[in-house]
This record gives sequence, structure tokens and C-alpha cells, in this order.
Amino acid sequence: MFAGYDFDVIERSLGYLFREGMVFTLTLTALAMTGGIIFGTLLAMMRLSSMKAVSAIAGAYVNLMRSIPLVLVIFWFFFLVPYIGAWLIGASRPIAVGAFWSAVITFTMFEAAYYCEIMRAGIQSIPRGQVWSGYALGLNYWQTMGQIVLPQAFRNMLPVLLTQTIILFQDTSLVYVISATDFLGAAAKVANRDYRLVEMYTFVAVIYFIVSYSLSLLVKRLQDRIAIIR
Amino acid sequence: MQYHWHWKVLVEAEPGGTGTYLQYLIVGLGWTLATALAAWVIALVIGAVVGTVRTTPVKWLVRLGNLYVEVFRNIPLIVQMFLWFFVVPELLPEAIGDWIKQMPPPWGSYAPAVMCLAIFTSVRVAEQVRAGINSLPRGQRMAGIATGLTEAQAYRFVILPQAFRIILPPLTSEFMNIIKNSSVALTIGLLELTGRARAMQEFSFRVFEAFTAATVIYLLTNLIVVLLMRGLEKKVRVPGLISAGSSVQAGH
Repeated sequence: MFAGYDFDVIERSLGYLFREGMVFTLTLTALAMTGGIIFGTLLAMMRLSSMKAVSAIAGAYVNLMRSIPLVLVIFWFFFLVPYIGAWLIGASRPIAVGAFWSAVITFTMFEAAYYCEIMRAGIQSIPRGQVWSGYALGLNYWQTMGQIVLPQAFRNMLPVLLTQTIILFQDTSLVYVISATDFLGAAAKVANRDYRLVEMYTFVAVIYFIVSYSLSLLVKRLQDRIAIIR
Repeated sequence: MQYHWHWKVLVEAEPGGTGTYLQYLIVGLGWTLATALAAWVIALVIGAVVGTVRTTPVKWLVRLGNLYVEVFRNIPLIVQMFLWFFVVPELLPEAIGDWIKQMPPPWGSYAPAVMCLAIFTSVRVAEQVRAGINSLPRGQRMAGIATGLTEAQAYRFVILPQAFRIILPPLTSEFMNIIKNSSVALTIGLLELTGRARAMQEFSFRVFEAFTAATVIYLLTNLIVVLLMRGLEKKVRVPGLISAGSSVQAGH
């Protein structure tokens, strides 16, 4: 099976794969996670709002994002972001946005819908009495949320949030469809240049597996630890 | 900054000469569904087997099941797609590999896409099946065996019928996931709905019309699936048996 397997092509391209590709993937994951959790938490607060219109808007956004394929969302934003950018700065023509920032915006907006559902469950897991106590003490909505509800919600939901981030890490490989040079994209470029598809794609699979699996083990340990404390 | 909408593009002829762009997209939906359904059947079978095996007391079977789940859960879908399309035919005996590579156009990417989605989804089905079985009281299995059923019969007549009813709602969302995930097959050249929307955008330069149309078609498909599954849930419901509340899960 490994006869004629060219390990040399992997060795030669290691620098490119990790310095260009993996750095892209990890930066994208980190930025999209941060943005997604912030935006997702806001969406969750909107969904739980007592104002009907606000919760309806957030609900529609979340359901829309969750109903269409990520690939389609990537295409949408890839073409939409230049228009939105032009509209924001008042330019008359669509502005140029690189694949990287396009991807960051896409994954932030897309993952926010998923983080939102997690945070919503997290917020709902906090007994209502805590909110009422907060109000009774004279705190306003933002103080109650920021100092009482959200810290606990985050802690309860930390394992799920991290699991979602592992999925995000895997999903960033889909930026391949807009020819971005993430880890998979870099490997695909080498694979096609040297015609070493078998070697490169198995190598990519192995690396993704190692990273995702070790992260998921860490999450599992964290989960056990949190479960004991509670 | 204005975008000039041109919705009439949907009824204009597409360059392949098969009809209008709208028809072109609808055929794409057909491929999406054909891929998703074929993969779903395989995923259900494998997922049910793997999920059940992981609840049995046989240690090595459980380990094997865990290995299967971890491997296919921790590799991105698109990478698995490439493995099935580029790598598997090379690793098989030459005659079979060549036969796969020489399949006529849509089938050459359809078959790997179905296999990839089937295996990818089977892992998620297996997780649901295992969770469903574990959520049943242990007394159910014991009672089954006490009435004289064998272990296999207890699964067949007592445990699985209940477990499947419990996991019907999460399976519905897995089915919608497989429809959405089938769009990744465009990377290996399968012209399903998203792939056709992209092609339409390239032919006609009507970017947002193409993607809006595809989005609307996906939304309608989702709606129909949800309604059908709700009907199914009602049909198979056993009075008095409470279905599991949906706990929040990470997903995509």
C-alpha cells in the first residue's frame, strides 16, 4: 500500500504547509471563534428578549443560517462583502476584500448562529430567580446579564462551546472553495503541482485528525472537571 | 452603491441548452436529494449497527466502534471527500481503481460523494443511536431477558424500537445536515444545487440572483423535510412514551 509512497514531497513542503496553511487556518479559527461567540451571545440575548420584534429578527437570522449549507454561505459572503464594504464607506464600486477577511466575516456570521443556540441554552439553564434577584438588588439588564447570568452560562456551556470550535476548526477547510490558502488549500496546491494527491491528502487527513482528536480529549477532561465542581 | 437585480435571468436559457436556469437549478436539487437520500440509507444502516454495537458488553467491539467514530468525526468533511475521490481509487487494486476512475461524468463523482457522506453521517447517527439506547432504563433490557428473549431479541423487540422513536427528532436534523453537507460534493465536481448556483453565476454574471434562488430552494426543501418528519413522528409515536427533550449540541 505504501510502495511508491513519496514521503519526500511532504517533507519538502512542510514549511509551506504549516507556516502558510496552518497559520491561516488557526488565525481564521481563532478570529471566527472570538467574533462568533460575541455575536452569538448577543443573538442569544436578542432571541430571549421580551421584545417580540427583536427576538423574531434574531430567530430568523439563526434559522436562515442553519438551513443553508456552509459552502453556499461562503459563496454568499465572498460576493456580498465587497458590496457591503462599498456601501459602508460610500464607494461607488465594490471594494476588494481578500479571501482571508472574507472568510473571517463568513465564519463569524455563520458560526454565530450555532454559538447563539448554545448560549441560549446556557442562559436558559440559569434559574430565573437569579435574574429577579439581580433586578431586586437594583442592577439593570446589562449588569444582571454581564455580572450574573453570562459568566455562569459561559461556564456551563464551555465544553459545548469548545466542541463547536473544534467543528469550526474542521469547517474552515471549506475555504478551499474560494481558493484560499488554508492548510488544505496549501496541501492541494502542492498536490496538484507535484501530482502527489495521495500523499498530500492522507497527510492532511492525519494532521486534522491528530489536532481535532487531541482537542476533543482535552474538552472531555475539562468537561469531567467542571462536572465535579458543580 | 446599487445592485441591479435582474430576476428574469431565471427564465433565460442556460448555455448547456437543457432549458432555463431555473430548470438547471431544480435538476441540481434533484442531484442534491439523490446524493443525500442514497447516503442517508447507508448512514442509517451503518450508524444503527455501530451505535448498537457500542452499547453491547463486548469490549473489543465497543473499542472498534469507538475507533470508527473518532476517525471519521475528526477529519473535515471536505478532506474525507478528497480521500474518497482522489485517494481510495489509487489504494484499491488497479482494475477496480481504474473502473472507478473511468465512470462516466456524474457517476464518477456521485459514487465517492455518496460513500463519503454516508460514512461521515453514519458516525453522527451512531452517536445518536448510542445515546438513545443509553437513555432507556436498564430495566428494559433486563426485563426483556427475564421474559426469555436472547440478547439479540431484546435489542430487536424491546430496545431498538424505543430508542429509534426517541432519537427521531435528532435524526431529522441529521437528515437536514446531510442535505446541506452534500453541497461539499461540488469540490469533486458533482453539480448539485450549490454547484449549479455557482455555475449559473459564472455563466450569467447574476451573482445574487443565483445564490438567492439556491437559498430559497434550500429553505423550501428544509420546510418540506421538517413537515414530513413531523408527520412521521406523529405516526410512530407510542402513547405514553415521552420523546427525549433536545439537549443542545455542537453541530454544523
